[in-house]
Amino acid sequence: MTLFIEQCLNGLQFGLLLFMLAAGLTLVFGIMDLVNLAHGSLYMIGAYFAATFSAWTGSFLLGVAMALAGTLVVGMAMEVIVMRRLYGRDHLDHVLATFGLILFFDETVRLIWGPAGLSLPLPSWLNAPVQILPGIYYSAYKLSIIIVSLAVAVGLYLLVMRTRIGMLIRAGASNREMVGALGVNIKLLYTLVFGLGAALAGLAGLMQAPILTVQIGMGEIIIILAFVITVIGGIGSIRGAFVAAIFVGVIDTLGRAFFPDLLRMVLSPAAASTAAPALSSMLIYLLMAIVLVLKPEGLFSAGNK
Amino acid sequence: MSDWLSARTLAVIVLLAALVLLPVYVEFTGNRFLLTLFTRIIILALAAVSLNLILGFGGMMSFGHAVYLGIGGYSVGMLAHEGIYSGFVQWPVALAMSALFALVIGALSLRTRGVYFIMITLAFAQMAYYVVAGLARYGGDDGLTIYKRSQFFEPINLSNKTQFYYICLALLYASIYLVWRIVNSRFGMVIQGSRSNETRMRAIGFPTFRYKLTCFVIAGILCGLSGALLANHTDFVSPAMMYWTRSGDLIIMVVLGGMGSVIGPVFGAIMLLVLEETLSGITEYWQIILGPLLLLVVLFARGGIDGLLGKVRHA
Repeated sequence: MTLFIEQCLNGLQFGLLLFMLAAGLTLVFGIMDLVNLAHGSLYMIGAYFAATFSAWTGSFLLGVAMALAGTLVVGMAMEVIVMRRLYGRDHLDHVLATFGLILFFDETVRLIWGPAGLSLPLPSWLNAPVQILPGIYYSAYKLSIIIVSLAVAVGLYLLVMRTRIGMLIRAGASNREMVGALGVNIKLLYTLVFGLGAALAGLAGLMQAPILTVQIGMGEIIIILAFVITVIGGIGSIRGAFVAAIFVGVIDTLGRAFFPDLLRMVLSPAAASTAAPALSSMLIYLLMAIVLVLKPEGLFSAGNK
Repeated sequence: MSDWLSARTLAVIVLLAALVLLPVYVEFTGNRFLLTLFTRIIILALAAVSLNLILGFGGMMSFGHAVYLGIGGYSVGMLAHEGIYSGFVQWPVALAMSALFALVIGALSLRTRGVYFIMITLAFAQMAYYVVAGLARYGGDDGLTIYKRSQFFEPINLSNKTQFYYICLALLYASIYLVWRIVNSRFGMVIQGSRSNETRMRAIGFPTFRYKLTCFVIAGILCGLSGALLANHTDFVSPAMMYWTRSGDLIIMVVLGGMGSVIGPVFGAIMLLVLEETLSGITEYWQIILGPLLLLVVLFARGGIDGLLGKVRHA
């Protein structure tokens, strides 16, 4: 039971992390109609920045703040230099151009930081288990990831639904020409939205950094999951991304933890232990296939696109 | 047709002839590496030609085309691992498995369109990738070494590099011819019609889904053939054959060469792989050049090489 609760929390934490990536993707897609494969590179850059800056300053929090700002700047620069030229183009162009960007970012990181991975050590106050329920302990760091991510999700909701900027963002998503015609600086708005998405990706990366090793290609693995989430949730829908991210995070984590045991009840132990790893990593793709067959536009489609 | 010998036609003829004559050049200079490199280029060009059929002509933006490379390759590899070396078994199995997978993937994916289609094909390819990586019996993550290439009857010996090169080349040319015939047939017209305006095609009474699915399966089979060749070429198969970056490479080849031209992907494959080879000779960090180069092609040379050649004709 303790294990089950812990794995559920792990699933929730992973899901929330995926949500931050997926939110940026879906925001950029919904508003600029842009497919950004290089979103995973921003996740990687966030992690590298955090590892480097915390080592420089000697403070975890300061390093994290600087990394966040750094990723925001990289994202906005990326928008101004490259992405801006891709709006209104074919999706195939987006895929190719951002694929080129991935190659560029991966290699630049290799050039600067070398091929070996980095690690981001946790400060001692985050590196201890806390008691969440009587008798049940959970990692303080993972708990703080859950809290921060939830705060970000709420903040994002308030930003999009309750502020003037959010109103412009939503207006831009439904009719960009009209918003431009009404005198809104749409170029600046796009740069800001892209920067916001980049910062979210960077935040996800730097929060994941102390748990995993910071390495080249870390973004490519997770970005596919983020895409799966945006597709399941319905492209352009932040609410859909949230629901789908939690789903995927929990299913993936619980699947990896308990699926082998479940399989052992049906199959022989030998067959189960060979099939389990493959099948549990297939689960979420299976989920996506089922959702797309039943609802080809995703669960919460953002309407006519 | 006074200008039938345009720059484009000329370039195509020169290319096709040069590929036929390459082993002769290798024989004179003794540069065996060139033969290996170009065998690889030809095999991947075959995969790109098959992708072009659905991407360039059908407008189906599959981001998981490398999955058939893996399926074709693993069909050969697994059978060889089980002691079945006959190419008369291995190759038909490779083609049939590719067809089967393409049928299932296509039947599910073609219900969606646009970005959803890109993503769902990508997801299916990743799914296959994880399944293969989990197959401990066949090497899992580490891949599977093939100790004996596919066996055919007497004079044909795939271990002979020159012979293998010509077999790959013949299959490439045959595939190009096949795609050319398909594209110019009534079937091909329907496919191209549904790329431009699917609603209208349906309104005239064409069941476009069935047409597109058939086209998707044909492309899968051709790419599976390429996978079987690739497995024989490298004597090794691994999950990396169907990783999503490989699918990206195939798209790059198609776009570099020029979409919707039957021969374009061959130009694209040569250009990408030769570029990779040259750049990696100059610097260890060659992708730092390739990435932005790709970006520039997308931004400024959308028609690819074939488009540039076409412009020369008009000038």
